[in-house]
Amino acid sequence: MTALIDRPAAPENSERPETTRTLTVPHRKRRRRSWIHVVLVPVALLFSVPFVQMFLTSLTPESEINTFPPSFIPSRLTLDGYAKLFAESDILLWLGNSIIVSVIGIASHIVLCSLAGYGFARLRFAGRSASFLMIIATIMIPTQLLMVPTYVMFARVGIIDTLGAAIVPWLASVFGIFLMRQFFLSLPAELEEAALLDGCSRFGTFWRIIFPLARPALATLAIFTLLGSWNDLVWPLIAINDPHAFTVQLGITNFQGARRTDWSLLMASNVIATLPLIVFFVFAQRQFIATMTFSGVKG
Amino acid sequence: MTSAAAGRARSIRARRLRDAATGWGFIGPATIIVLGLTIFPAIWAFLLSLQKWDGFSAPEWVGGANYAAMVADADLGEAVVHTLLYTAMFVPASVLLGLGLAVALNRRVVLIGVYRTLIFLPFVVSAAATGILTTYLFNPQFGLVNSALRVLGLPQQGWLEDPSQAMLVIAIMSVWGQAALTTVIYLAALQDIPAELAEAAKVDGANRWQTFWRVIFPQLAPVTVFVTIWQSIQAIQLFDVVYTTTRGGPLGATETIVYYLWNAAFRELEFGYASAVAYGLFAVTLVITIVVVVQQRRSAEGVTP
Repeated sequence: MTALIDRPAAPENSERPETTRTLTVPHRKRRRRSWIHVVLVPVALLFSVPFVQMFLTSLTPESEINTFPPSFIPSRLTLDGYAKLFAESDILLWLGNSIIVSVIGIASHIVLCSLAGYGFARLRFAGRSASFLMIIATIMIPTQLLMVPTYVMFARVGIIDTLGAAIVPWLASVFGIFLMRQFFLSLPAELEEAALLDGCSRFGTFWRIIFPLARPALATLAIFTLLGSWNDLVWPLIAINDPHAFTVQLGITNFQGARRTDWSLLMASNVIATLPLIVFFVFAQRQFIATMTFSGVKG
Repeated sequence: MTSAAAGRARSIRARRLRDAATGWGFIGPATIIVLGLTIFPAIWAFLLSLQKWDGFSAPEWVGGANYAAMVADADLGEAVVHTLLYTAMFVPASVLLGLGLAVALNRRVVLIGVYRTLIFLPFVVSAAATGILTTYLFNPQFGLVNSALRVLGLPQQGWLEDPSQAMLVIAIMSVWGQAALTTVIYLAALQDIPAELAEAAKVDGANRWQTFWRVIFPQLAPVTVFVTIWQSIQAIQLFDVVYTTTRGGPLGATETIVYYLWNAAFRELEFGYASAVAYGLFAVTLVITIVVVVQQRRSAEGVTP
């Protein structure tokens, strides 16, 4: 699936039967190329308009934003919005909270889901099929159904209004278990048989031989967890009312309600909340696409 | 003999036990977390749906009264209508756009990597950020969208402040954020279609348009069914972008089922009623999925007996 980008797009570029229109073939080819640019340039621009607006507005002096008619290119760029954001909000705290949630989520996903994936793929024991079926069946349950009881449950445990409430749902997931199981099923069994014959324990075999091979799947898993935990809004919104435990998404949403017109400030907070994922995406685009493809194909 | 057999039986049992201990050592933690956060609360939610409870006072058993109340709830009915309206805009738009973009991006031309990055990038933008962006872009006074309309000489619109347009704006921005998903899925499927199919069609004299709709598109049918179901489920569960843009307004025009559910649960503290609504939503989702899948199986069998 990581090969998605590099595979040639065969049908479009294959030659037409040369007997018919030998002369027009090169010409048609060039025209066809320009044709697709005519479609793709506006689409790509349209898709990036919100980003341009976000960055530009975050750098625009407040006095220039509410003017009429509006000007979209600021006369000068300023970091005032960011300065005000850091001075008047707890954005760094929220950012730190989000980093804690995502890092713990990713680490826990990597450890617990690969252990479980290996167990379901390779071990034979009582209760394995039944518990796997139950896990797969939970895909059907919409999260909305779980909000109220989970809230009550977390309140009883005493983690409502703490960062713990945001962390616990990201410790493991059906997607993670399923992904790792599929990956381990695809590995040849001989790899571990040799180690087991040499007297290595199951866990030792897993840890020394199998786990290091799982890197591509673990990257997919990490990106899935990062995207979900970093961007989650609904659950923190329900479970966390204490501003000290806000994630960055919850923080900027609350901020938006409180500072309706402070646009350079709001856009600066938007940039802070979004930029980490944008940077990750640009540098690990293939892995992101592989993750999206897998999350689509699994259904 | 007998003692040897007993010994063997004992050793088999001991090995089974050891295997189970090892197995559960591997799967136990993740399994307990996943099931503990899904099946357990799902069962609890069903019990809650049969009660009247605000989270503090003693719960009162009401049987099916919550479900009966749902049928007569006019506000919920309106939320259903708003949700369907959104679904009717979002699902076809995101599926068709995904298909179109996948076809457009499935070739080697200069800058293709740049196009892909720009089109996929919105996928990583959170609902919170989308909300702030949307209220800014579609601001009736100084938003970019109205400015563009002014330049083109078209009338100004109220967008998020207009009850008849607010849902459209939310759908547009959702498509912006979600088009990458359908595009990527279609792109993967397109690349799995053998090139010989299109070549054979060409040899038979089909033009590009015919080749696509008569040869390529039918090959994509399972993917189309999948993304349609997937996006429909997403659409029916719309909450976060509504919360970050309109909070259900103006005049309740963007109040969706899940927004209504959230409000009932965490504003009105009607835990029992909210759970009943959630179960209603679950049932509808399940029925839609099953119907579409069965229908698709049947039509697929019809094509290839």
